[in-house]
Amino acid sequence: MAEPIVDPTASDALFDPGEEMELNFGPQHPSTHGVLRLKLKVDGERILDCYPIIGYLHRGTEKLFELHPFFQNVPHTDRMDYVAAATNNLAYVGAVEKLVGLTVPPRARYIRTILAELQRISSHLLWLATHAIDIGAMTPFFYCFREREQVLDLFEQYCGARLTLNCMRPGGLPHDLPVGWTDTCRAFADKFPSKVDEYEELLTDNRIWKKRTVGIGVLAPDVAIDYGITGPMLRGSGVDWDLRKAMPYEAYGEVEFDVPLGKNGDTYDRYLVRMAEMRQANRIILQCLEKLPAGPIMAKRPRVLKSGKDTEAYHGIEGPKGEIGFYIVGDGTPNPYRCHVRAPSFINLQVVPELSRGMLIADLVAIVGTTDIVLGEVDR
Amino acid sequence: MALLDALRRAVGDPLFYFAVSPALKILVLLFLGILPVITYLVLAERKILGFIQARVGPNRVGPWGLLQPIADVMKLLVKEDTLPSQAVKWAFILAPCLVVAPAFIIFSVIPMGPPPAAGHMAWYVTDVNTGLLFIIALATVGVYGLIIGGWSSNNKFSLMGGLRSAAQMISYEVPQGLSLVGPLMLAGSLSLVGIVEAQARLSWWFVFPQIVAFFIYLVAGVAESNRNPFDLPEAESELVAGFHTEYSGMRFALFFLGEYANMIVISAVATTVFLGGWLPPFPHLVPAFTHVPGVIWFVLKVFGFLFVYIWFRGTFPRYRFDQLMDLGWKWMIPLALLNIVATGVIKLLLAHHG
Repeated sequence: MAEPIVDPTASDALFDPGEEMELNFGPQHPSTHGVLRLKLKVDGERILDCYPIIGYLHRGTEKLFELHPFFQNVPHTDRMDYVAAATNNLAYVGAVEKLVGLTVPPRARYIRTILAELQRISSHLLWLATHAIDIGAMTPFFYCFREREQVLDLFEQYCGARLTLNCMRPGGLPHDLPVGWTDTCRAFADKFPSKVDEYEELLTDNRIWKKRTVGIGVLAPDVAIDYGITGPMLRGSGVDWDLRKAMPYEAYGEVEFDVPLGKNGDTYDRYLVRMAEMRQANRIILQCLEKLPAGPIMAKRPRVLKSGKDTEAYHGIEGPKGEIGFYIVGDGTPNPYRCHVRAPSFINLQVVPELSRGMLIADLVAIVGTTDIVLGEVDR
Repeated sequence: MALLDALRRAVGDPLFYFAVSPALKILVLLFLGILPVITYLVLAERKILGFIQARVGPNRVGPWGLLQPIADVMKLLVKEDTLPSQAVKWAFILAPCLVVAPAFIIFSVIPMGPPPAAGHMAWYVTDVNTGLLFIIALATVGVYGLIIGGWSSNNKFSLMGGLRSAAQMISYEVPQGLSLVGPLMLAGSLSLVGIVEAQARLSWWFVFPQIVAFFIYLVAGVAESNRNPFDLPEAESELVAGFHTEYSGMRFALFFLGEYANMIVISAVATTVFLGGWLPPFPHLVPAFTHVPGVIWFVLKVFGFLFVYIWFRGTFPRYRFDQLMDLGWKWMIPLALLNIVATGVIKLLLAHHG
């Protein structure tokens, strides 16, 4: 962290190599989205260097995976990215299915797709709510939570839980959709685009919002690729990479949707990308509800799943925050021998120092917000 | 009234008009006027924000949450008053007082109603003939409270909040003061009563000829009182709570009180200078309005301003520090100066031709 500080010779009126101050931004701070700690070297309000310190929420999840059979590990995945449990479940069960060799029946694939897209909506809503309130716009927070509540209600009707869903199993789903669920879901999805219009009305053309986000935290496409950034962060920089299109899984190959892309890679473009993604997610949900096939929801499988000896599998999916992937090594027992998680929050967080050097503290808040991290997933 | 008359006869006219009457008015204004208005302004803000934000707002304590502010004040009063061990104690204690006191003193020169007919009491504590200067001078004192509070807390976030507030208030005091010059030139008086009377004489509220000055004053006023979208000194997502991070209990409440008192002061000054103070709207179209007591018009106009403040808070994101400075120095000050020049030229031309 010692090295590149802002170039003192740069023609920047606000930069004056005067006294430096070290500022601990977090772990208890209103806008670090949990327990992120950023050690800042600041000159007045200007950030000279930024050094993220993580691990305040470390629970050793990857080790825990080794102690339990494949089935019992699903709840651990809920608690990593705790605002996007369904996509975590999906990535994990996908990896186990690859490892053990299970074929998921079509109905389960469609329901999983619906759940994953609902989760994307709810995760993006939470992102928008906190991002907006970080930048000082208070009202979108409440609007977003109003709709997020409805999504959580849908999850509750399906599996009884609102956050830690535990709603998928290797091979399929724990239970079929309850009676009337599709109608409730369709009613929500029909109305949702108008709600997105409502948020956009408050923010998209708002001059202050644009002043705070346009040109802030510009992430060049090659830098993004070098850092391994995925998800809306990468697409905000204009890189067309979406695992749902690139390597379709579940029912994504059978539905139509667009991949929204940004141009400049700044905070504003990432905002636009995520807003458009909510609309696309909604589109996918409606198509899946339309096409929802009948049939079983669980593959034929043995009572106890066992991997083959010395097998390994990696399955990555497009989570709301980026590529969430599980790499599992099997040793012939019912437990994974080793499980590694490719956590998008963790990898996207790496770019925060790069983006925030030379910016103001207010910009740092916008940058942390636009990165959309969840510390449960960063620390695992 | 009879009681007051008796009092006047008992102490004698000079003593009554110079000491007893102002003291009585200050007490009434403070304890029946400003403090209750502030406490209920907080409730009103929460209710209106609730309405804007698709939620209910406080409704548990008393009917429609009417006792909520009282409960809040009780809580703040009995809360432990912590003093950080590393704080500079005298400054830490002094700071909140420095914020509240000037805001309250300003009310003494604001006319809430017309000058008195013979034998009646006036609707203001005093009419200083340099009223506007008095207000600008006092409003400047408040910033010391924020700087001292931020510095003495010995907390980096507080310090940054204090610095931000210093820079912000100094930058915005200039356009605010300059925006008041236009109406001043039209009225030809610094006395607030004189300014309202000039508006009655011209039968034009100054908001119309001085629309630019009005908007500059409105924006600078929001910045002066540290309200959204200019709430940088206490921006919670950036600086935790800015200058009052370390404050708790009643000391924190004093800062809070100061902020709301400042809101009311700025609304009251704007009402007086730009919206004709106690004058009724459309006196010729609706003659009935002239029978309504002036103080009611005054209060209604002030509440209108306060509503706009709360509305802002529900709508805007926060400016960034350097953008705030840009807005102040690059736009508002030149505009305010231009407005003064234009006002002077037009006044000169009118004087020549009329």
